[in-house]
Amino acid sequence: MRLAFREVALAFRRAPLLSILGVTTIAFSLFAFGLFGLVAINIKAALLAVEDRVEIRAFLIDSARDAQVEDLMQGINKIPQVADVGYVSPDSALQRARAELEEFRDVMTGAILPGSVELRLKAGARDPETVQAISRRLQTYPVVEEVRYGREWVEKLYRIRNIAGLAGIALGSVFALVAIIIIGSTIRMAILARAKEIEIMRLVGATNMFVRLPYLLDGTLKGLLGGGIAVALTWATVQLVSRRLMTAEFFTTEQAWLGIAAGGVLGLVGSWISVGRQLRRVWRDA
Amino acid sequence: MSGILRLSSVGKTYPRSGVALRDISFEMQKGEFVFLVGHSGAGKSTLLKLLSMAERPTSGEVRVSGFSSLSIKTRDIPTLRRRLGIVFQDFRLLPDRTAEQNVAFALEVTGAQQAQIRPKVARLLTQVGLASKATAFPHELSGGEQQRVAIARALANDPFVLLADEPTGNLDDRAKHAIFLLLREINAQGTAVLVATHDVAMIQRSQLRFLELDQGTLVHDGTDVARLVADMRGRR
Repeated sequence: MRLAFREVALAFRRAPLLSILGVTTIAFSLFAFGLFGLVAINIKAALLAVEDRVEIRAFLIDSARDAQVEDLMQGINKIPQVADVGYVSPDSALQRARAELEEFRDVMTGAILPGSVELRLKAGARDPETVQAISRRLQTYPVVEEVRYGREWVEKLYRIRNIAGLAGIALGSVFALVAIIIIGSTIRMAILARAKEIEIMRLVGATNMFVRLPYLLDGTLKGLLGGGIAVALTWATVQLVSRRLMTAEFFTTEQAWLGIAAGGVLGLVGSWISVGRQLRRVWRDA
Repeated sequence: MSGILRLSSVGKTYPRSGVALRDISFEMQKGEFVFLVGHSGAGKSTLLKLLSMAERPTSGEVRVSGFSSLSIKTRDIPTLRRRLGIVFQDFRLLPDRTAEQNVAFALEVTGAQQAQIRPKVARLLTQVGLASKATAFPHELSGGEQQRVAIARALANDPFVLLADEPTGNLDDRAKHAIFLLLREINAQGTAVLVATHDVAMIQRSQLRFLELDQGTLVHDGTDVARLVADMRGRR
């Protein structure tokens, strides 16, 4: 193992530029991945905050009778996703409007506002699909004239979150592929440069794993380094955004470690693919 | 006494260059010194490759130290190699490592402990007469000295047989003789030695057993030097 580490240090000294390139690509692939991941995480956080306020409001027809309202309320209480429900009579709607819109207090007299039923959903049942389903159910009551909820922006937020996630995966995958190829080619060059050494290793009885280990280690270490840089870059970005734009959330510690580990895996995969192919080539020629 | 190395009706054919070896059978005993002689292209190097299992025969069987070419697994080849010492005409030393590092390399790849490597390398370099040049790089050494380093490396894992492919091919007469004496000395300590060469004079002087190859066929196995001299002249 000690020997393998020595070989890794040697490899880095022999081809510093390629090594740096390999580390940088891994860093950028994970950085891209991380940035979009962060966007998704932050949108999710915003969604949770918004979802907490998601409420459905069913406006009632003017001629709504008490029995009809009662019927509606009972129906709503049977829906399992509903957290609480309240009836707002035309009078209290007016009072509320007067309190909220003081400038127009004088204009608002009489029963100009319709009565309504307001309901809040339980956490976990605030996604667009559920909201929509419940709205449609309310719509079936004849006493309900119109159902409103923040439909458009709820859907929009969800869509942005999904797009950010997908973009991160797509862009990250492309970068990851490039990183694997670059790590692979640094290893390829290292192996070609050391064909003689590898041949001698085999001659004196080195096992396959012994020959491979330094290259695998090399790739993995570069990957971990790239992963570390990526985490540092995303952290710096979050700091910048938080200071200049808006408070943004960073990954949890586990997620950050996962990012670094992902770098290691990328490096390992790149070197694993390359080392087998290149060693076979060297051995055939020997 | 059983043979440590045995070939039974071995043939080797390459897809492009054709037949390299034809129906070769011989055996080598423990502690024996044998020459393998023939013009270049006679099949000497191919035979050595078969012995180190770098290649498998097309027909017949090669047995080395209990391993058979018919059944050896790829993962067992390193084990076999550690029981063989191999020396080449072009030395095959690592140019960016000193003499002692080159020798130590053979021990490091087998996973030996550093504490054991140091004294062993010193002993090996003393054995080949290069103790004073342990820290010299290959380019600072003469051809004969480089070959001594290569021999020390080949002996590092205490092989039961040393395979040498034209070990004196690149050396002047004095160095040639010195390397030959070194190989005899190693043999005297119990290691079997198989030397491929086209140097008839060396065989003549030694009066040892030799295997003569001609165009891939084993034409003589014995000590009839007069015949060898005639053969080599006749085909020149």
